[in-house]
Amino acid sequence: MNDVIDLLGKVTPDLLQGTVVTLQIAAVSLTLGMIIGLPVGVGRVYGPGWVQRILGAYVTLFQGTPLLIQLFMAYYGLPDIGITLGRLQAAFLTLGLNSAAYQAEYLRSALQSVSEGQMTAARAIGMSKWQAIWNIILPQAVRLALPAWSNEAVAMLKYTSVVFLIAVPDLMGQAKILSSRYFAPIQIYLIVAVFYIVLVGITYLILTWIERRVRIPGLTGGTESP
Amino acid sequence: MEFVQDLLTTFNFIVQGLWVTISVTAVALTTGVVIGIVLAIARVYGHPSLQVAVTVYSVIIRAVPVIVIIFILFFVISRYVNLSPFWAGALALGFASGAYQTEIFRGALQAVQPGQMIAARAIGMSRLQAIQSVVLPQALRLALPAWGNEATLVLKDSTLVFAVGVPEILRRAQQVSARTFEPFLAFGVALLLYLALTLITTQALRWLERRYRLQM
Amino acid sequence: MTTPILRIEDVHKSYGNLQVLKGISLTVHPQEVVVLVGPSGSGKSTLLRCINLLSPPTKGRIWLENQDITAPGVNQDRVRQRIGMVFQEFNLFTHLTALGNVMIGLTKVRKMRKNEARDLAMFELERVGLADRAHYYPAQLSGGQKQRVAIARALGMDPHVMLFDEPTSALDPELTGEVLAVMQKLASEGMTMIVVSHEMGFARQVADRVVFMEGGVVVEEGPPQRMFEQAVHERTRTFLRTIEYMRQAP
Repeated sequence: MNDVIDLLGKVTPDLLQGTVVTLQIAAVSLTLGMIIGLPVGVGRVYGPGWVQRILGAYVTLFQGTPLLIQLFMAYYGLPDIGITLGRLQAAFLTLGLNSAAYQAEYLRSALQSVSEGQMTAARAIGMSKWQAIWNIILPQAVRLALPAWSNEAVAMLKYTSVVFLIAVPDLMGQAKILSSRYFAPIQIYLIVAVFYIVLVGITYLILTWIERRVRIPGLTGGTESP
Repeated sequence: MEFVQDLLTTFNFIVQGLWVTISVTAVALTTGVVIGIVLAIARVYGHPSLQVAVTVYSVIIRAVPVIVIIFILFFVISRYVNLSPFWAGALALGFASGAYQTEIFRGALQAVQPGQMIAARAIGMSRLQAIQSVVLPQALRLALPAWGNEATLVLKDSTLVFAVGVPEILRRAQQVSARTFEPFLAFGVALLLYLALTLITTQALRWLERRYRLQM
Repeated sequence: MTTPILRIEDVHKSYGNLQVLKGISLTVHPQEVVVLVGPSGSGKSTLLRCINLLSPPTKGRIWLENQDITAPGVNQDRVRQRIGMVFQEFNLFTHLTALGNVMIGLTKVRKMRKNEARDLAMFELERVGLADRAHYYPAQLSGGQKQRVAIARALGMDPHVMLFDEPTSALDPELTGEVLAVMQKLASEGMTMIVVSHEMGFARQVADRVVFMEGGVVVEEGPPQRMFEQAVHERTRTFLRTIEYMRQAP
C-alpha cells in the first residue's frame, strides 16, 4: 500500500500536466466540432441536393473509419501530399472533424424532428426560409440535441486518449513515459483510469447542471407553471 | 504505372491484416455479448447487492477510455498468463465492450412488457425458465438496433490493439509505409478497407434488423 | 361599392396528379367576415394556403389590395406580412414564451426595437385576454389559451386580412368559446376575416357571407340567413343540415 502512495506522489505532477493537455485537446476539438458540425447538420437537411451528397460522404467517411487511423493519416499521411501538421494540430483537426461528423448527425436528427408546423407558422408571419431556420427551427433543434451533445462531450474526453500514439504529451502520453520510468505499468495505468473516471464524473455533473439551467417546459422539461 | 504497382503492393500487404481485424472483432464481440447478457440478467433479476456490483462495473468501465482498459488488461494478462497479444488484446476489448453491452441488454430486458414475465410464471415456469424462454428472446430482438451500433463501434475500436502489437490493418499499414515511404497511400488504403467493412456490416445489420426486429 | 381587398380569380391547385382546387373565384371586401364551409377534402384549407402563398396556386391569380401577388417576382415573404394566419394545430413556437411568440415576428420581420416590440406584443396579448400569461411557455397553456396566443401573434404583424383554418377544431368543446369570442371581437373591430370552420353558431352570428365548397369548387355562397334557411342547391342544404344536426347532438 505504501508503495502505491509513494508512486502516486511521484507520478501525480506529471499526470496532472498531461491532464491539462487532455482537457485542452478535448475543449478545442469539441468546439471545432460544433463550429463545423452546425453548418454541416443544417446543410444536410436544408441544403441543395449536391451539398447534401458531399456532406453525406464526409459524414460517412468520418463515422465509418476508426479515429486512430484518421489521426495517423492526418499526422503521417498528409505530409506525403504536402500538408504538414504539428502533433497538436493533427490532433485538433482529426478530433474536431470526427466530432463534427457525429454532432452534425445529432443536429440533423433533431432538425428533422422539429414539427413541420413550426416552419409553416414562421413563414406565415413573413419570415424567409433561412430566417425561420435560424430563429425558430435551430433554437428548438439545438435544445433537442442537447442530451446527445452531452454524451459527445463526455465521449470526447475518452477519445483524446489515443493521441498519445502520435506522441502528444496528454494524460496517456505521460502515463506511457512514467510506466517505463518506474517499471510499473499496471499501477500507473490504473491510476490513469482513476484520473479519467474523475474527469468524466466532473464533466457529467457540469453537463447535468447546464441541462437543468437551459430547460424549457414542453421542449426539454416538464409542464409545471413558472 | 509505378503508382498502380505501389498501390497493389500496399493493398496486398495491408489486406492481410483484414483477417486479423475481423478475428479480433469477432472475439471481442462474442466476449462482450456473453458478459453483457449475463450481467444484464443479473442487473435486472438478481439480488440487490449483485445489481449494485454490476452497476459499479458498468459505470466505471464506461468512464475509462477503451485504450486504457486494453493496456491495463494486456499487462495484467501478460504477467500471469501466457497469451499472445492477439488474445490479450481481443479479450481486453471484449471486456470493455461487455460494459456497454450490459447497458444495452439491460435496457432491452426492461423494455419487455412486464406482462410477459407474469404470464410465464402463471403457466408454471420458474423465474429462470421464464427469462430464458420468454423474456430473453424478445429482449435480444429489441436490442438489435443498439447492439448493431455497438458492433460497429467494436469493429472500429479493434484497431486499438495495434498499440499492443497485433498485426491488424493499421499495424500493416504502418509497416508497409515504412518500406514504401508512401504513408498517404498506406493509410488511405487502411481507411478505405474500414469503410468497406463498416458499410458491409451496416448492410448486414440492417438486413438482420428487418428480419428479426421486434416492434413494441 | 368598395374595392375588394382580396380577389381570387379562377384559382387551381394540384399536387402532382391530384387536383384539389378546380377553379375558385371569390371576392372579399374590407371588413367582411367570410366563413368557408364544406366537407373535408373540399379544398378549404388548401385555398387558405394559396391565399397567403404558403402553397401558391398552380393556375389562376390572386389580388391583394390591387396587387397581383401571384405574379412572378413578387416577394412572397413580404406579402405574408399583410396576411395573418391561425392554424388548427396552433403551431406556437415551443421554445418561446407567449410574449416571445408574439414578439419574434415584430423584432425579426418588422424589425422593431425590442422595447417597442414588447409593448406592442403585450398590447396584442391583452387584446386576446392573455396578458397575465405572457411569460408562460406553450406547454403550460390550455388549448384555448394557445390558440389565443396564436391569434395575438398573427395580429402583431398588423395584417390586413386574417385567415383562420379550423381554429377551434382541435379544442375541447368547453374551450372553443373563448377563442370564438376573440374572433367575434376582432370582427366587430372591423378586421377582414376568412374563416374555415364547422362552428355554425359563429357563422350565423358573425359571418357576412357563407361560402359552401365541395370537390374543389364553390357550390354556393350568400348571407348566412339565406344559406341556412333557403339555400338554392340541394347539396348545400344537405351539408348544412348535417353539420347543424351534429353540432346539436348531445
